[in-house]
Amino acid sequence: MAFDPAHLDRTAHEHAAALRAGDYTATALTEATLERLRQQEHLNAYITLTEDLALRQAQEADARLRVGEGGPLTGVPVGVKDLLSTRDVRTTAGSRMLEDFTPVLDCTVVERLNAAGAVTVGKTNLDEFAMGSSTEHSAFGPTRNPWGRDGQGNLDRVPGGSSGGSAATVAARGVPLSLGTDTGGSIRQPAALCGVLGMKPTYGRVSRFGVVAFASSLEQVGPIGRDAEDVADLLQAIAGQDQMDSTTAPVPVPDFKERFARGLDGLRVGVPAEFFGEGLDPAVRQPVEAAIDAMEAQGATIVRDIALPSVRAALPVYYIIAPSEASANLARYDGVKYGFAVTDGLSAEDEMARTRGEGFGAEVKRRVMLGTYALSAGYYDAYYLKAQKVRTVIRGEFEAALEQCDVIVSPTSPNTAFRFAEKLDDPYAMYLNDLYTIPVNIAGNPGLSIPCGFADGLPVGLQLVGRPFEEATLLGVAHAYEAIADWNRQAPPPVGTQG
Amino acid sequence: MTTQANVDYNVDYNVDYEAVIGLEVHIQLKTRSKMFCSCDREYFDTEPNSHVCAICLGMPGMLPVVNEQAVAYTIMAGLALGCDIPTHSKFDRKNYPYPDLVKGYQISQYDQPFCLGGKLDIEVDGEPRTVHLERIHLEEDTARLLHRDDGAEAYALIDVNRSGSPLMELVTQPDMHSGAEASAFLHKLRRTMRYLQIADADMEKGQLRCDANVSIRPRGQEALGTKVEVKNMNSFRSVQRAIEFEIERQAQVLAEGGRIVQETRGYVDATGVTVSQRSKEEANDYRYFPEPDIPPTVLDEATTQAIRARMPELPDARRARFESEYSLSPDEARTLTDSRERSEDFEAAVRAAGGGLARPVALLFIGEVARHLNELGQEAELSETPVTPAHVAELAGLLERREVTGTTAKEVLAIAFETGEMPAAIVEARGLKAVSDEGAIDEIAARMIEANPKAVEDYRSGKKSAIGFLVGQVMREAKGRADANTVSSLLRKRLDSGS
Repeated sequence: MAFDPAHLDRTAHEHAAALRAGDYTATALTEATLERLRQQEHLNAYITLTEDLALRQAQEADARLRVGEGGPLTGVPVGVKDLLSTRDVRTTAGSRMLEDFTPVLDCTVVERLNAAGAVTVGKTNLDEFAMGSSTEHSAFGPTRNPWGRDGQGNLDRVPGGSSGGSAATVAARGVPLSLGTDTGGSIRQPAALCGVLGMKPTYGRVSRFGVVAFASSLEQVGPIGRDAEDVADLLQAIAGQDQMDSTTAPVPVPDFKERFARGLDGLRVGVPAEFFGEGLDPAVRQPVEAAIDAMEAQGATIVRDIALPSVRAALPVYYIIAPSEASANLARYDGVKYGFAVTDGLSAEDEMARTRGEGFGAEVKRRVMLGTYALSAGYYDAYYLKAQKVRTVIRGEFEAALEQCDVIVSPTSPNTAFRFAEKLDDPYAMYLNDLYTIPVNIAGNPGLSIPCGFADGLPVGLQLVGRPFEEATLLGVAHAYEAIADWNRQAPPPVGTQG
Repeated sequence: MTTQANVDYNVDYNVDYEAVIGLEVHIQLKTRSKMFCSCDREYFDTEPNSHVCAICLGMPGMLPVVNEQAVAYTIMAGLALGCDIPTHSKFDRKNYPYPDLVKGYQISQYDQPFCLGGKLDIEVDGEPRTVHLERIHLEEDTARLLHRDDGAEAYALIDVNRSGSPLMELVTQPDMHSGAEASAFLHKLRRTMRYLQIADADMEKGQLRCDANVSIRPRGQEALGTKVEVKNMNSFRSVQRAIEFEIERQAQVLAEGGRIVQETRGYVDATGVTVSQRSKEEANDYRYFPEPDIPPTVLDEATTQAIRARMPELPDARRARFESEYSLSPDEARTLTDSRERSEDFEAAVRAAGGGLARPVALLFIGEVARHLNELGQEAELSETPVTPAHVAELAGLLERREVTGTTAKEVLAIAFETGEMPAAIVEARGLKAVSDEGAIDEIAARMIEANPKAVEDYRSGKKSAIGFLVGQVMREAKGRADANTVSSLLRKRLDSGS
């Protein structure tokens, strides 16, 4: 059963159909996938490739497929962000601090992925502890975006972040699906910059158990893929309440494809002015507006008089709440129990301080300091408490807006993929990348970025935001949009062994 | 601690000071599992680091799941102490770095604890007093540091078994005025916890830990003096002595014209003094903020009522009932209700003995039974011996029917504690039945008068106490099986009549 490498460009559901039909085996698919990932090594999309594990899982998948037990993910290669704990596979969080840390158990999401028969090929690169929007803040070097080349034909653009590795490997047709995490846009923004789909589910929809924590009240694990059906299948596998995560919601999990037949007719699409203001690159605005027009042409009603006035405060709110939570979440990395440790210090305190000093990168230190400051005696009321109050207001505004419409659309990011080092020394410019995605984490609603065109040869993403636990609506819209525009099927030029 | 520069020439050196004391008490709850994971909670006498998991080790990505039993126990304590149980409460993170704190923060409760207010009535030197409570909250215990010094270097080992155990913190108002009051409060508190069976509260085992805030002020003054926090006490006795020392020390500082420094002082058991540990300036800023991994708790009235319904009768109520129901003196009732188990054993024996025997049963429990138990240890209970309430009941019946004498009863009980045999069987097998035949006793009396002319002469010459010697002689001859009153009256009858 020879495997044609061209099949690697297929989506997960196409693979699933072929596997069930016996066109090729999961083992053949996995071997070819691993071969391609090795060829694409210079993308630096993976921190760790788990070849032996993947082949073992492929054999198990084949056994299931032989007896007709295959599901939509059985035998399908999936990349897993290296923030998700994997048993016996090192989980670095992109940090020197956890360079050699091997978890003793799988996170719930990976456990569910395994139960679905997926083949996990490796741990994808990310900004350290998911703090960043370019994957440049990884202790393992930046990931390259398969789109965008300089005059010499070298890949010179960031993939976005923090789930840059997960987005880049899906865009480069390394794997059809991957898992990312999204705290302020870390799935949607890299999906947009790499020309693929990425969803942040509703807060509480997916378990965080075993996901290395950055900002607990904001983050969710979510799927990255190349069409709505794949994203729905992966979300289906990981969603649902988890006894190990008290913040997962006791909400039934629907069939995430239940709205695929509905189309766009009668859909009320909210277009808030706040997401189209200053800072938006006109080259990005153009394809986004075109996508809205295309939806209208398909029978959608465009609702422009919705108001989200407080989203202008979302960025400052985020940069108080997220670093505050991070300052506590990262306090456990002290060199005492596991991970990187300085052991020749003058005292226990000295060793702890030097462990952090040497183990954490600059962006992590910046956020830990921000959060520590915001929570300090005398500042708590002015910063953290006020931020929580504004958060409640923002959540209320989304709720009200989504009474007037079924989805809110906006650009996912105000710009396309930028060049390496372009924003590395300007944290605020970097933070502005998440201007449109952060409010959705603040509110807790689901958000989905879908490809909607190109600007100067680089992908542009359209963000869809829905009511809490209505991911199916967003996926239905995405599916309908794919029928009228094939942006999601545009592939970057093949990534050879040399960019 | 006393600096001459601070001498206040307005200080009245003969002023009468009043001490003001508040306590912070930590009590380990006797739950099956730990506070946030399913590990066995017991750590006393366990192999170090044997009761641990990824959660209580603070591994990356691990999440807490609240132990419902610990919450129920805390609310039960609150109900027993007359606290308000607010409908809404939450957990918070208390941030501070220390090697025994695996996450770098402790999950505790800051501004919305499970229990508010409340009081405990105590008695000191026969005087009733009331100690009011501020609050009771629930938190997790830390790991244990075992300090070692092998000569070459000093280091600490960490035992994580205790990490994440449920710990209830109770804070009193500054209502106490002496070490004796603090000690009485702790005794009563421990008894209440044991009645509720939610904690053993053994201070020597670290199951109850107590810090004292001590200040003094001129008697009659409203404003509180500068408070000093005293730590490191490991018994009720050391709490009392530490407070007494601290009051004395502060009075002396003031008498010498010094000022009290707000600080933390440690009690040194060996020397009975407190020594300065750290001043207020070095105090931690804990940067509390709401725990994002645990949704706020909402307790409805039904839940609280269900917990209340499971509560046993408490010591004060039981004591009052014993006094009226069994016609006991306050002291007798107090002794019998000192521990829940003893009070229940007593009532079981009363029931087994049948009507009308409460008093002899009570006297046995307060007297001989208590004496035997005390020999086994300060807190020994009947269940640790072969003797059951049925034994005591049967013995009380034998006494009441004068089938054994008081002397024989002691002997019978001693045998029962040794062998577990029932009292009637012991009496039967060993021929210990009381001699009830007056003729037989009178015959022995006649022989003893005959054999002891000196005592007879003394008696007749007015030294009436000489009869005691003769009673003893008759009792010895009757092997304790004669009733002392009967012996005495028969002897008197013979001596006074001149025969």
